Amino acid sequence: MSVFLQFLFSGLTTGAVYAMVGLGFNIIYNATSIINLAQGEFVVIGGLMMWYFSEAMKLPFFISAILAVASTGLIGLLMERLTIRPVKKSDLLLMIMITIAVSIVLRGILMFKFGKDPYTYAPFTEGEPIHIYGAFIQQQTLWVIGITLFFIILIFLFFNKTMLGKAMKACAVNPVAARITGINVDKMVMLSFVLSAMMGAVAGIAVTPITLMEYDRGPMLAVKGFCAAIMGGLGRGRGSVIGGFIIGILESMTAGYIHSGAKDAVALVIILVILFFKPAGIFGSKTIADLRRF
Amino acid sequence: MLHIENITKYFGGLTALEDISFFVKEGIIEAIIGPNGAGKTTLLNIISGIYAPDKGSVRFKGLEINNTSPYQIAKAGISRTFQHVELFGNMTVLENIMVGRYLRTKAGLFACGFRLPSASAEERAIKRDSEQILEYIGLSHRRNEKASSLPIGEERKLEIGRAIATEPSLLLLDEPASGLNEVETSDLSFFIKKLRDQKNITIILVEHDMRLVMDISDSIVVLDFGKMLAEGTPQEIQNNKLVIDAYLGEDEEVCL
Amino acid sequence: MQITNRNIFIGFSIIIIILPLIFTSSYSLSIATFSAINSLIAIGLCVLMGYAGQVSLGQAGFYGIGAYVSSILSIHLGLPVIFACIVAMIASALSAVILAIPALRLKGHYLAVATLGFGEIIHIILNEWGPGGPSGFGDIPRFNLFGFVFDTVMEYYYLSWFVVMIVMAFSINLINSRFGRALRSIHDSEIASNAMGVDVPKLKIKAFVLSAVFAALGGSLYAHYVTFISPSSFSLFQSVLVLMMVVVGGITNLWGAVVGSIIITILPELLREFKEYDILVYGIILILTLLFFNKGLVPIVIEKLQKVKP
Repeated sequence: MSVFLQFLFSGLTTGAVYAMVGLGFNIIYNATSIINLAQGEFVVIGGLMMWYFSEAMKLPFFISAILAVASTGLIGLLMERLTIRPVKKSDLLLMIMITIAVSIVLRGILMFKFGKDPYTYAPFTEGEPIHIYGAFIQQQTLWVIGITLFFIILIFLFFNKTMLGKAMKACAVNPVAARITGINVDKMVMLSFVLSAMMGAVAGIAVTPITLMEYDRGPMLAVKGFCAAIMGGLGRGRGSVIGGFIIGILESMTAGYIHSGAKDAVALVIILVILFFKPAGIFGSKTIADLRRF
Repeated sequence: MLHIENITKYFGGLTALEDISFFVKEGIIEAIIGPNGAGKTTLLNIISGIYAPDKGSVRFKGLEINNTSPYQIAKAGISRTFQHVELFGNMTVLENIMVGRYLRTKAGLFACGFRLPSASAEERAIKRDSEQILEYIGLSHRRNEKASSLPIGEERKLEIGRAIATEPSLLLLDEPASGLNEVETSDLSFFIKKLRDQKNITIILVEHDMRLVMDISDSIVVLDFGKMLAEGTPQEIQNNKLVIDAYLGEDEEVCL
Repeated sequence: MQITNRNIFIGFSIIIIILPLIFTSSYSLSIATFSAINSLIAIGLCVLMGYAGQVSLGQAGFYGIGAYVSSILSIHLGLPVIFACIVAMIASALSAVILAIPALRLKGHYLAVATLGFGEIIHIILNEWGPGGPSGFGDIPRFNLFGFVFDTVMEYYYLSWFVVMIVMAFSINLINSRFGRALRSIHDSEIASNAMGVDVPKLKIKAFVLSAVFAALGGSLYAHYVTFISPSSFSLFQSVLVLMMVVVGGITNLWGAVVGSIIITILPELLREFKEYDILVYGIILILTLLFFNKGLVPIVIEKLQKVKP
């Protein structure tokens, strides 16, 4: 039992990050039908910027966190302005390639700035691990899970309760109609990049004290987050959150009980099985998948 | 030659076709007419295997062909054109016809890749046959142009050419005159008759242009809101009360 | 002179033959050899993506299968390299069929992620259960044929480019045959090509298999050249590299795959002076190419040349 709980909590921690990345995928996908494969880099940037502001610049915790999130959002904004907007034709392959290229550039910049070493900083709260049924749960684990859940709820409230969020949703459903009703679709697309960059940053800030962070973590995070999004049904935020947690837990169970090296294969095998038998995702509906161009 | 029996097709809650039955004799031009949304194209899609009917059966030369995939139906000898032209836009006019020959040729992947003598001989035959078809439809002068660069009249011709390259015994034409001017339409009507008489191809024609329909068809089926309204010779249809009533509410384009 | 495939082919062959006379260092010949190996994977992907319209982010998987199967068979079973290579291509073809049958139902992003998943799973399998694990293994015999061992760089250079030109000739023939026309027709209108009697699913599987066989051939040539392989050469990054080669060179032209491979293979060598920051420069060049020359180099050059002609 205690071992199981230990694995469960470690799964929830990584799962929380996957959920945030998956949700980030969906925010951009819903606004643009683009899969942003640079999504993982946002997490890395968030973690490394947090280190920079809090450890290198010695700024207070909250200011560092805000600056880290803001600077990652700025990078999301620049990405959209410089590389997504200038391309007029929405060619699937071209868009995939561009986001991959952006992720390569971002990795290059990160390595330039931070080198290849892993970084970490103090957990949010000092103190002994918590005992639950014989399992040791680090306090930071609870922070990660709590913070991601908090922000996920915030995002859902944003999309369902605020005018701006509803406008963004409208663009996703029908950009032409949205434009006619006076919504600035271009602005919404830009906003989607900023928002999902900031989501990634939050996850990165929370998880770095546990998992450490180095410049080349991005691609694997992107792959897993993408799996979460596909699992939940592309375009469905709630599905991708659940998908992220499921993948995180299954990974940590596989690593614990079966074979640590097989961990990374788990998500991929699940995804292949889902894609081949239920391409719309576990929580997705077939009609929505069919309606999508890609 | 083609038996349509009790065909019914639903789209969600909508009944697109309900209990359609008729028979197409070999060597004739059969027209299917009806107002927009009557289910004409749906019926063609069922015959060519793009949709499977929910009820009923389609028999072609005695063989049941519902639930058969489009490429097998093409192999059995049914070819078609599309209401919204579906040419291979990035390929040349000649290549479009050559794709039609795919079905009747058989060189394998290796033979093609290593250009074995058998494949080369076949390739020459494909080219020769396709050139002949181009000549037949009068598009030889466009041979090396991209299909997407053709005007609509020639696009429609090319689609028919591509279809006859598959050596069909039954040809489905989905609104072949739409977008054509008067001269082109009369040209087309002459051409369709030529196909029937010279190439021995049975033709099912879905069309809005009543002059064309009345001019060339041997038999007409009238659909209205997915139901069979009438069937008969052009003469009979023109005098059919039900048909006249159904069309009175329609616009002048389909005036009898 | 007309820009026909035949003329390009002849011109290219001449360049390949005389190149070692100009660049005599084994360093440059080695890079040229790697370009050839990459070309093989890229040509396959070009047929699959540019002509059949199927996205794949998992070509490194087939490449890895080719390299591992070929090496293991030649080391442990003592199979002559040429047979090991053929078995490797067959193994890769089989795995392509297994991947392609379910993947046929997928399009766009879904197909991309399915193939990516396949490639990564192969990578993880090699990492965990391949001989030597993550650090790989060595002592792979050099390529040999009828007792002749290709053990100098120059010999291997000619061998690998000879193979590329055969594969290229095969692919050009194929694209201009009934098979290739049917593939291209799927790309333009799947519904029409099906109605004209093209068995679309079967053809797509064949295209997948072809790309897998070419990639495995590349993998086998790679393994018997470097004689030491490890899983890191067959990761997602390699799949992405191959994708870049095809896109940079021009996805609608088979020569684009070769030109793209040469560029992407040479680029890191040119960026040597940036040391570890080559990845940054590399990424920037890639983005600029994608933003401003996204048709790919070969189609753009051909277009320009055709305009110059009277």
